Amino acid sequence: MFHITENKLMLAMNYRGPKRVRIDEKPIPEILHPQDAIVRVTRSCICGSDLHLYNGNVPDTRVGSTFGHEFTGIVEEIGSEVTKLKVGDHILVPFNISCGQCAFCKQELYGNCHEANSQATAVGGIFGYSHTAGGYNGGQAEYVRVPYANVGPTVIPEGMDPDDAVLLTDVVPTGYQAAEMAGIQKGDTVVIFGAGPIGIMAAKCSWLFGAGRVIVIDKEEYRLEFARNYSDCEAYNFEEMDDPVVWVKKNTDWMGADVCIDAVGAEAAGNVMQTITGRKLLIQAGSATALHWAINSVKKGGIVSIVGVYGPTDNLVPIGNVVNKGITIRANQASVKRLLPRLIEHVQNGVINPKGLITHRIPLEEVADGYRMFSNKLDNCIKPVLIPPKANV
Amino acid sequence: MENLEEKYKHIKGWGIDADPKNDPTYPMKHRTNEEHKGYTWERPTQQPINIEVLHSIERPNVTAVFGTAAPPSGLSGVIRRYAFKHSENSYLHWLPLILADRVNVVEGIIEDFSTGKVPNIFAEKGYVAEWKHNKTGLLTRMAILAAVTTTALVLLTRKDDDDEYDYEY
Repeated sequence: MFHITENKLMLAMNYRGPKRVRIDEKPIPEILHPQDAIVRVTRSCICGSDLHLYNGNVPDTRVGSTFGHEFTGIVEEIGSEVTKLKVGDHILVPFNISCGQCAFCKQELYGNCHEANSQATAVGGIFGYSHTAGGYNGGQAEYVRVPYANVGPTVIPEGMDPDDAVLLTDVVPTGYQAAEMAGIQKGDTVVIFGAGPIGIMAAKCSWLFGAGRVIVIDKEEYRLEFARNYSDCEAYNFEEMDDPVVWVKKNTDWMGADVCIDAVGAEAAGNVMQTITGRKLLIQAGSATALHWAINSVKKGGIVSIVGVYGPTDNLVPIGNVVNKGITIRANQASVKRLLPRLIEHVQNGVINPKGLITHRIPLEEVADGYRMFSNKLDNCIKPVLIPPKANV
Repeated sequence: MENLEEKYKHIKGWGIDADPKNDPTYPMKHRTNEEHKGYTWERPTQQPINIEVLHSIERPNVTAVFGTAAPPSGLSGVIRRYAFKHSENSYLHWLPLILADRVNVVEGIIEDFSTGKVPNIFAEKGYVAEWKHNKTGLLTRMAILAAVTTTALVLLTRKDDDDEYDYEY
């Protein structure tokens, strides 16, 4: 075992500005609260939503911060009030930081905890996701401070591959909750915008809720091919369509999809005006192309489920159509802790194969290259995992 | 009636989480109205507030735990303090924060130089990966950049020549 006392410095990703990150030595985190744990990271992913930070699109992303909200690790030190973990436990850590005591946590809204983020009431606390999400350093480092260690972290079940475990911290729960919030009924047609890891997982999980047809729409051919194979779904390239909304209507007997899922968020391509205003000029909170298409593609009385991440200001979406079509919109950050028992069961029974999403394993020291590869979709990258030098598992 | 179980038997786990009563589903599913009692729950122990923590004016206090990644400092810190005088409902909150982020980038470069570190922009931008996996694209972008720069220089030089020519008349 590596002991924290041996060396007070660690390697950590260091944000320096839009599209600029590097690995640096930073002080190893310390216990700051009696419910804290200090965890030696064994796996850490780069998430699609990290790209919003990487591109400088999330307000209050401060230079010197360490990103990373999907990670597993070994408990090295615990605070005096931590009773549910012990030193040496190998844990997976939900991306939400939640107290378990507030009114929202008691309703299992663990992504909306009211005691984890001072900077904003519109979002809960999230590891490594700017000061707008609480100002916590994240897990793209050798060590990380984990607050409320009695609540979120879960000991990785014996025999579970750490590569499966790390994807249970965000990707699997978010994809699953996208399908869950969509209120899918048996036989429903589900259209998912976005063939990133979350969209692919949402497609996979839509079947678990009894979907009759699952369609993924994106523009990256290699991702569409991956989605077809991984999620047993149909997958189509919107660049080959005159208009994705008309395409969906035509392919649903002119009714529209029963359910549409936005699994893209702020980085969406496909509409020049949205791209310029949302991604280049930042005069709206990201490009809302996928959400726009979802609202217009769903049937009257249908459901739109949003798990794509947007910034905290405004977006241009056809809200009038939501009213006139009687659409229900459901959205939230995944409540990872709530979903974990069921999802662990699914992984153990072979229903979901999370590690099948991983395409790249990158040393933590090469974090800048990892971001570039994921951001620019190089080398057919779907899901990159960072391995710290002291991972040892 | 179509037998859906039979139709989708090739998909492992099809329908195992289907629930006709799944409506309203999450996030309303476990509604308890606990929040009707207001901010009255027993709060966790307060993390000692020994750094500057900006908090939204839409809440009365600093949360029981908070992050310490990068406390506000310098000019960007001044702008952030201004931003936090306005609510999350206001552009006067978010736009200054975006400005502060950009100022902070410059502060970061100054900080690097002041500590004797020269930022390796090429490495920080991950161009090693770009070179390895997208050599053609990278070279094309560099060629376009060089062409645009050269064209701009030529145009500027030409303008000077024209000015001189006009002046002679």
